[in-house]
Amino acid sequence: MPRHTPPRPGRPARARSRFAFALALPLLLAACGTAGGASPQDAGPPRPGGTLRLGISSNPDCVDPQQVSTNASVNVGRQLVDSLTDQDPKTGAITPWLADRWTVSPDSTSFTFHLRSGATFSDGSPVDAAAVKTSFDGIKALGAKALLGSSYLAAYRGATVVDPATVRLDFSQPSAQFLQASSTMSLGVLAPAAFKHTAEQRCQGTGLIGSGPFVFTSLKPNQNIVLSKRTGYHWGSPLWRHQGEAYVDKIDFRVVPEPGVRSGSLTSGQLDAITDVQPVDEPQFSGNGFTEPVRPNPGIVFNLHANVTRGVLADEKVRQAVSKGVNRPEVTSTVLTPNYKPATSILGSATPLYTDLSKELAYDPAGAQALLQSDGWVPGPDGIRTKNGQRLSASVLFSAVFNQNQSVLELLQQQLRKIGFDLKIELHTNAEVTRLQQAGDYDFLWYNVTRADPDILRQQFSTKTNNRSKLPADNPLDASLTEQSATVDAAKRKPAAEKAQRTIVEQAYSIPVFELTQVLGVGPNAHDVGFEASSRLQLFDAWVSAS
Amino acid sequence: MKGFPLLRRILQAVVVLWAAFTLSFVILYLLPGDAVLTKLGSAEGGPSASPAQIAALRAEYGLNDPVIVQYGKHLLAALHGDFGTSVATGDDATHQVLTALPPTLAVSGLALVLAIVFGGGIAVLGTFTRTRWVSQLLLSLPPLGTSLPTFWVGLLLIQLFSFQLRLFPALGSTGFASLVLPAVTLALPTGAIIAQVLAKSLQTQLAEPYIEVVRAKGASRRRVHFAHALRNAGLPALTLVGVVAGNLLAGSVVTETVFSRDGLGRVTAAAVTAQDVPVVQAVIVLAAFFFVVLNLAVDLVYPLLDPRVSVRKEVPAHV
Repeated sequence: MPRHTPPRPGRPARARSRFAFALALPLLLAACGTAGGASPQDAGPPRPGGTLRLGISSNPDCVDPQQVSTNASVNVGRQLVDSLTDQDPKTGAITPWLADRWTVSPDSTSFTFHLRSGATFSDGSPVDAAAVKTSFDGIKALGAKALLGSSYLAAYRGATVVDPATVRLDFSQPSAQFLQASSTMSLGVLAPAAFKHTAEQRCQGTGLIGSGPFVFTSLKPNQNIVLSKRTGYHWGSPLWRHQGEAYVDKIDFRVVPEPGVRSGSLTSGQLDAITDVQPVDEPQFSGNGFTEPVRPNPGIVFNLHANVTRGVLADEKVRQAVSKGVNRPEVTSTVLTPNYKPATSILGSATPLYTDLSKELAYDPAGAQALLQSDGWVPGPDGIRTKNGQRLSASVLFSAVFNQNQSVLELLQQQLRKIGFDLKIELHTNAEVTRLQQAGDYDFLWYNVTRADPDILRQQFSTKTNNRSKLPADNPLDASLTEQSATVDAAKRKPAAEKAQRTIVEQAYSIPVFELTQVLGVGPNAHDVGFEASSRLQLFDAWVSAS
Repeated sequence: MKGFPLLRRILQAVVVLWAAFTLSFVILYLLPGDAVLTKLGSAEGGPSASPAQIAALRAEYGLNDPVIVQYGKHLLAALHGDFGTSVATGDDATHQVLTALPPTLAVSGLALVLAIVFGGGIAVLGTFTRTRWVSQLLLSLPPLGTSLPTFWVGLLLIQLFSFQLRLFPALGSTGFASLVLPAVTLALPTGAIIAQVLAKSLQTQLAEPYIEVVRAKGASRRRVHFAHALRNAGLPALTLVGVVAGNLLAGSVVTETVFSRDGLGRVTAAAVTAQDVPVVQAVIVLAAFFFVVLNLAVDLVYPLLDPRVSVRKEVPAHV
């Protein structure tokens, strides 16, 4: 009779899994070091043709540039449409694109654009004043479906076709920001035929007809989005490096959610370029034929936005102490990488009319402690300060829209503990954050907003708009926010914008921390993958070497 | 009822589908927030939309109706195969789910084949071989297989076979080559379970008295093992296939993310995160449907393996 010895699964399994780990580790390490044997190619002259395979980190729910607001989607949408104007990424100046010149009424309520001739939509219809009007009316009608666009057009009253090449847009209140907004893809112009389709259809690419250098070709959810070069395109922005058609025949946006797979696919040549390179993956792309284009996002930096009606944050000295207690360079050098900049104002350094307030935002733990001490906050038994039985504590509300949010906030928590401040970290879903935000039920909000115009401060701080600080009607900030919105003249706007930034930082209505930065990985075959002024991808000049 | 076991099964299936639909609706409703808030909140910096705009959007998606009215509307439309429009993408929910189905079925199908072939093979060889160390080695593989995290295995396979050896693509769902790595990843835990259960029941069967009888009648070792023990040991393993199909679907959430593939797993994960009720319900009802059909199929196959079981009559307590 045969005997069957029952196997003892537990022990050998554990031993072997340890063995597998031991086997795999060197493999992983080796993979980190290799550049996949790729050798740098000659960078030029640019060669037309080929497909740019670009790995993006999340699935764009929608590809209509007028409706999208997530990072993955804007990079796709930007390529499909032209805007009335363009914005110089270096200077922030507004420059011609579909409009070759424009005039603005003295009170910034009326904008007249003179359109260039010869531009057409991909269905052959002309880009004329009537089309521009249809497009702007269409964005306004989208309401909350066009989050960005509808905020730019909050005061939009309507458009008037002056003649086929001239269109006037009117606003019910001074809207200096609109000039910059007219350069964004959110206000990119779609053909009248596009508005015969529903907003949902345009989201999925049906009837998505623009005049941009690329046309929508296909969309497979969670897979890829393919755009093709628009043949005969010759009305590009004069800011671009070349004129005429785009170089690459096709852009294949591949959705690759797992960061390690994204960077590995780039090093092994399965992709030509990737977005959202994680801090841990960055070293793979320095030297060895790979490049790492970076650009900080303009707009409001990642910040602890204080609700001044809540608990200890009502005390201005407490907020100022928190600002002094935050070691910004430590955030970028430990949790992030040197590609990210410590905040030097509430606005990012790439924002037009940004003011350098790095002195005011220097790390000063001694100053913070002195300020709290003089304000009557004394250290309790657990190191957290108290005053009249109240603990020096506030919570911060955030969602995981940026991967490193949690680690950054944990570091801030440690830093603030040193001055006796207890920062509680509350991770919530997007929906929950939205709900609490709308209800005003928060101490600190943690977020950033991309916008290449200082008017974003008015959006978030003014008592007439979002008023995220819950400021009272008589506050030292509103006046300068309104003033900067009243004129497009940069020289006149600058003092008001500077005053607003100063007030926010000095009153510590918000505690700026670091600038969100776009970090790309570009393989040896891809070239000139660049950014426009809002730090969205501009792929018109991108080209790929013959492999 | 007794005369129509099939009819009863179908009625049961309908109840299961309804329960899945209702339960998922209730759970999603009980979660804080809703699809509109999630959609608006996914924009960086949060919504700049006014409360009036938000209200308009919620009205458009019917989120302002009383919950019972929402439920009724959804149920009525679902009976016609219409689960509504996805709030997140604006796409038809049924269409979205049906588009995502083929890539998932392809990977799961291949994974199931691999799991049965390799899992079954290991169990049979592990119990058949007379070399003790081979047997021990083979039979210790399944516990290893179940304990390795799928996520990690997937990344490891990509690292080795795609980034290093460049044999298979790391991403995409086009072509057979793109199926291999995800299917292997998915097959590993499934195959391990099949191997464990089959090996165990083979061992049990081989210790039964009837094996002694067969052996006494002069049957070869091979015949004893394959024609007699395996046939009886196959029953519990077959029951398992029904359960395992559910695991494959759940596992596809991980493999589809790691391998950048489209499929039900990705759609489900995204829809749950976005509280996109129409899509979640379409997925759940579809999954419940598969589950019911597969288990029905398994039940129908039983009699072929075991003549004592019949669909016609209830399984008697004593044979």
